[in-house]
Amino acid sequence: MTLALVGESGCGKSMTCLAIAGLLPKRGRVAGGALRIEGRDLCALSEKDARTLRRRSLSSVFQDATGGLNPVRSIGWQVAEAVRLRKGATRREAQAEAVRLLGRVGLPDPERRAREYPHQFSGGMNQRAMIALAIAGNPKLLIADEATTALDVTLQAQILDLIADLRESLGMGVIFVTHDLGLVAQNADRVAVMYAGRVVERADVADLFAAPRHPYTRGLLASLPERQRKNERLSTIPGTVPTIDALPPGCTFAPRCPRASERCAADVPEMALGYACHHPLTPAPAPVVRREREYS
Amino acid sequence: MTWISLKLLRALVTMWLVLTFVFFVLRLSGDPTMVLLPDDVDQATRDFYRAKWGLDLPLWEQYTSYLRALLQGDFGVSFRNNLDAFQVVWERVPKTALLGLASIAVALLIGMPLGVLAAVYRNSWLDRIVMSIAVFGFSMPNFFLGILLILIFSLKLRVLPSSGSGTWQHLIMPAATLGTGFAAQIARYTRSSMIEVLSKAYMRTARSKGASLGQRVVRHALPNASVPVVTVLGIKIGEMLGWAVVTETVFAWPGIGRLLTSAVATRDLAVVQCIMIILAFTMVMANMLVDLIYGWLDPRVRVGRRAQA
Repeated sequence: MTLALVGESGCGKSMTCLAIAGLLPKRGRVAGGALRIEGRDLCALSEKDARTLRRRSLSSVFQDATGGLNPVRSIGWQVAEAVRLRKGATRREAQAEAVRLLGRVGLPDPERRAREYPHQFSGGMNQRAMIALAIAGNPKLLIADEATTALDVTLQAQILDLIADLRESLGMGVIFVTHDLGLVAQNADRVAVMYAGRVVERADVADLFAAPRHPYTRGLLASLPERQRKNERLSTIPGTVPTIDALPPGCTFAPRCPRASERCAADVPEMALGYACHHPLTPAPAPVVRREREYS
Repeated sequence: MTWISLKLLRALVTMWLVLTFVFFVLRLSGDPTMVLLPDDVDQATRDFYRAKWGLDLPLWEQYTSYLRALLQGDFGVSFRNNLDAFQVVWERVPKTALLGLASIAVALLIGMPLGVLAAVYRNSWLDRIVMSIAVFGFSMPNFFLGILLILIFSLKLRVLPSSGSGTWQHLIMPAATLGTGFAAQIARYTRSSMIEVLSKAYMRTARSKGASLGQRVVRHALPNASVPVVTVLGIKIGEMLGWAVVTETVFAWPGIGRLLTSAVATRDLAVVQCIMIILAFTMVMANMLVDLIYGWLDPRVRVGRRAQA
């Protein structure tokens, strides 16, 4: 299954991924909640056990693949290192496995390419190499954090196809982080919409696009450009995401929300039935585009 | 191979410039016969030696005939003992090379690990202690540190010889004196380049692979962080040769540094010139070595070089 994690910049998508992968920056910590992999809660395990579990079962692909690869190590070495660390293979086995993985992600002539360095690769090839590195050791979960954002559209499609193909053949789950709702519609099964560090709505892709329940989700959908509305201004949500040290006391979206009431300013809405809102939209059949005026 | 021949050509030009500068400055700074011969020597004797050493000729002729001899491998003779100048200098080279290499080893073996530790545990007490020691280390003048070491280890504790060379014990204090300041600088450069590398995206990739801190530092960060450190080291070798003169004098270490001080004092022209040529040659070689190490450390340099050639 592919879960898409969407939201505007700064809403905590990447931090969530880093927390899952155990890659939070020095001062970050997981304040609460549970992270279950194979029935075991990562947050409840000791640091060492959590690291072992993570190493065996999940891996990440990030946006900047070229920067994510070590410039002084060959591509093959870097993939082989992942194989060795995750599977404990010998150097030679790991090298052979690395070449196989590079072939698997669609690099032509993997034997020769494995000896080359990141600066000799294009951005798309580096992203493939990153994916090879990520699927070393058959992880259960692949986190793709804006993995295709920096690529041009055709490459983006290729990489997305590759990820979907790998998901099927390796039986992985994928968390697909993006701010591009168009990609979500094509590639995800379920969607979680994040706002200011929290998931505010969770639904199957089709349901979410057909009938968003949270006003923020609807705002996001309404801001998508569409072909029918040629010369209109794009709809926007006024204001910006509050920073983490200036969160409003009640619902974090209340200051920007057209449906907000006094209750919203005081009570944090709980997540129930797939959304966290005091005044959810009724799953009305009316098309989303008609309502944009409320936001302008 | 073009870049090597280009480098060699540039090296030759550098050495020629150094030589020419030294040649004229030395001759403008005083008459060797005034220094070498006793004060009460009569003018005829002075003139005899002037003619013998070729100092009576016009400067320009002295220069061209010196260059001509040099191209045939003749460095001239020492005024003091009539020995071949190159022979006199060459005898001392192994001692200075030994001291220099030992100091570089001290600088790298102490400086790099400390810099790495300070960077990895940035802003911790460990970092602060290491950086305080580093500031102390390079603000301490070389000659002062040398004398201090002699006071402590030779005079007070009586565990190390204060001067001369011959055993490995003789090497400890001069190498420590010459190496400390450089260790401190290497530590600082290593720290800052390491801090930069540690924040790079590929370090996060290494972490996401499940590599331990040690593996990440040694296999991923260090090769990247060494590049600027090697550059600094290449530049510092020249500086180090300068400080070697002081250190060799303090510890009566019989290397070319001490020979240089005495040769300059006595206007032993051929010897000074020969030393300068050797020092310039060493510098040039050190820089070439640095270039080679670059290519070995960073594959991007290799490609650039191939493209240049």
